[in-house]
Amino acid sequence: MKKTGAQILWECLEREGVKHVFGYPGGAILPAYDALKHSSIHHVLVRHEQGATHMADGYARATGGVGIAVATSGPGATNMVTGIATAMMDSSPIVCITGQVGSKLIGSDAFQETDITGVTLPITKHNYLVTHADEVARTVREAFYVARSGRPGPVLIDITKDAQQSCCEFDWDAAKPQLPGYRPDLSPAPEEYAQAWELIRNSKRPVILAGHGILVSGAEREVRDLAERAGIPVALTLLGLGAFPASHPLNLGMMGMHGEAWVNHTIQDADLLIALGMRFDDRVTGNLKTYASNAKKIHVEIDPAEINKNVKVDVALVGDLREVLHELLPKVETVDRGEWLDYIDRLKGDSAVRDIQNLPDSGHLYAAHVINDLWRETRDGNTVVVTDVGQHQMWEAQYYKHEQPRSLITSGGLGTMGFALPAAIGAKVARPAAEVWAIVGDGGFQMTMSEMATIVQENLKVHIAIINNGYLGMVRQWQEFFYERNYQATPLLNPDFAKLAEAYGIRSMNVKQRSEVVPAVQSARRHEGPVLINFQVEQEDTVYPMVAAGASLHEMIRRPSSIVETAADE
Amino acid sequence: MLNTFVVYVENKPGVLTRVASLFRRRAFNIDSLTVGRTEKPEVSRMTITVDADYDQARRIEANLYKLVNVLLVENITQEAAIVRDLAMIKVAATHEARSHVLELASVFRARVVDVSPESLTIEITGAEDKIDGLLDVLRPYGVLEMVRTGIVAMRRGSKSSVPLAPVNGLAQAAAAGDEDVSCSV
Repeated sequence: MKKTGAQILWECLEREGVKHVFGYPGGAILPAYDALKHSSIHHVLVRHEQGATHMADGYARATGGVGIAVATSGPGATNMVTGIATAMMDSSPIVCITGQVGSKLIGSDAFQETDITGVTLPITKHNYLVTHADEVARTVREAFYVARSGRPGPVLIDITKDAQQSCCEFDWDAAKPQLPGYRPDLSPAPEEYAQAWELIRNSKRPVILAGHGILVSGAEREVRDLAERAGIPVALTLLGLGAFPASHPLNLGMMGMHGEAWVNHTIQDADLLIALGMRFDDRVTGNLKTYASNAKKIHVEIDPAEINKNVKVDVALVGDLREVLHELLPKVETVDRGEWLDYIDRLKGDSAVRDIQNLPDSGHLYAAHVINDLWRETRDGNTVVVTDVGQHQMWEAQYYKHEQPRSLITSGGLGTMGFALPAAIGAKVARPAAEVWAIVGDGGFQMTMSEMATIVQENLKVHIAIINNGYLGMVRQWQEFFYERNYQATPLLNPDFAKLAEAYGIRSMNVKQRSEVVPAVQSARRHEGPVLINFQVEQEDTVYPMVAAGASLHEMIRRPSSIVETAADE
Repeated sequence: MLNTFVVYVENKPGVLTRVASLFRRRAFNIDSLTVGRTEKPEVSRMTITVDADYDQARRIEANLYKLVNVLLVENITQEAAIVRDLAMIKVAATHEARSHVLELASVFRARVVDVSPESLTIEITGAEDKIDGLLDVLRPYGVLEMVRTGIVAMRRGSKSSVPLAPVNGLAQAAAAGDEDVSCSV
């Protein structure tokens, strides 16, 4: 039957299983919004299109499904750029739909015209310009397929106003995707498996590097099987946290720039790295010349372009991680690696975190206290923590122990400040039964805090924990270490966050003492609506350990001895 | 070293931009890029030469495959191939010099395609070094203008590139649960 392009758009989204979209209307997308009234899809009105993309991203990461963001042409579309780039770097499947000026006006610099397919070319997995109603159905189907298959990523569909308005025959079945060049399903050759078995069998000091691909592929159980069967310790990337239970005896914790010393030393001392769904990002490897120089490397990765990009590997198993591990596991032999594990234990004993959490309450509130207490209070629940970018993000990664997959959502690759609040909204919409906490710095929060209005308008119980140190903390830390404490442009004069939250209709609390942390968290959990807690923490606190950019992974700036001694005294 | 890729792409608007943008974005320097039709109207063929070592060349290939509109990539650097460039060279050739220039052109089996009182325009087809050679000997006479197409390349022998089925006919290898999707293998 005949339908408008706008009607076809929503119907195709429904058929793809979409229940929610995050968007902001405007001239060139108005025909689509007009047709929304006949759709079962719930539209979440955001306050800025960047928020819409982060919400779609959070939605996707919380569930593994595809998140949808909608915006108008021109500024609406360009506001999405940061969110699209964020999703691209972290392989998050989102579909962004933008209105475009009428097809006859394209190229004329019409009002609110931007070449958004041109702008987003390098930051989308693929994008489309749709100029006819009869292209809408196939394009939407292709976009969903491309976004979620293979290595997932963002896809943008730019639809001209006339394509939304004009009518055509709609036939879902006939609108099959035609992607003759797209090949998301690769699998390794048998001899490559044989080489992998050989390397694993001969290894005395192996370590698994567990990345985001485990979550994307749903291979948590297989990774656990591999680690347990072969007695291999597991180090995780930031985005891998939750892919392997934090409490598991073989879990080492996060690796890389702010990984604990024993994790990085384990990697440097290993004779075999088994990289699973990770891409040897520079924040993980440090100086490539000295990175795990005595180790053979097996790289299991779905994207062939990642093989040998940063780190040259001995065996590459290109394919879906879960499928590859299914093939690999049966012939992985049980080996006793007691000696290696004992060695790592000694590393831990030698360099174990002198936890700030064990320090006596000196009247100072440290971010680590807050994160650790928040973890203790929420650990048993179905909790999703969404973090922003900076010091609090690293403290969260160190002190919040993630047991479950998809219990941490954070912007890793792009490091997008302002990500947490909207992404937390997306996560909450996707998983209403989950307890969602946005942990944010006072800097990043102010980049997208207008989305507090979205929380209230949508009646969402999303809690906000501001780790407020009055600085752009991570930048301040770099200035402290590498720019002679020249704190240029990092001190922040902040608004009264508590009052601000109240103005939006969000309950709020100020916390200054460690003794107030747990009661505040408990109170927030009991409250039926959203709560903002402004944790006023130590201003010049530092994330340790730290591998300076470009330094070798084992060359860390360690915690200062005063803290270590205090902890030891205790 | 200079690598030569033959890249089959869908004949759709914007595909050239996607390919060119990939090289720019990954900081690979294109030496030459040509694009034209093939025997199939829905498929275009590019010949791309780029300076890259072995690992870089492999990553270029992998990255090209990540472009949804790219159908097939072949690195024919190490293969026996016919490689051709076409140039048109306008040479200053007054009455006295004309016969010398014509002689040189004929040595290189180039053709004269335009004559004016002050100049000759020569068309030459061949491998790049042959064209460079002609250019070298013509320079003393004064090259007024020159244009080269960039190279096109094809494997020698009867072996053709992996045959491409019509775009609509590639129904195999669809992912589980996505049986409706047509993909190539």
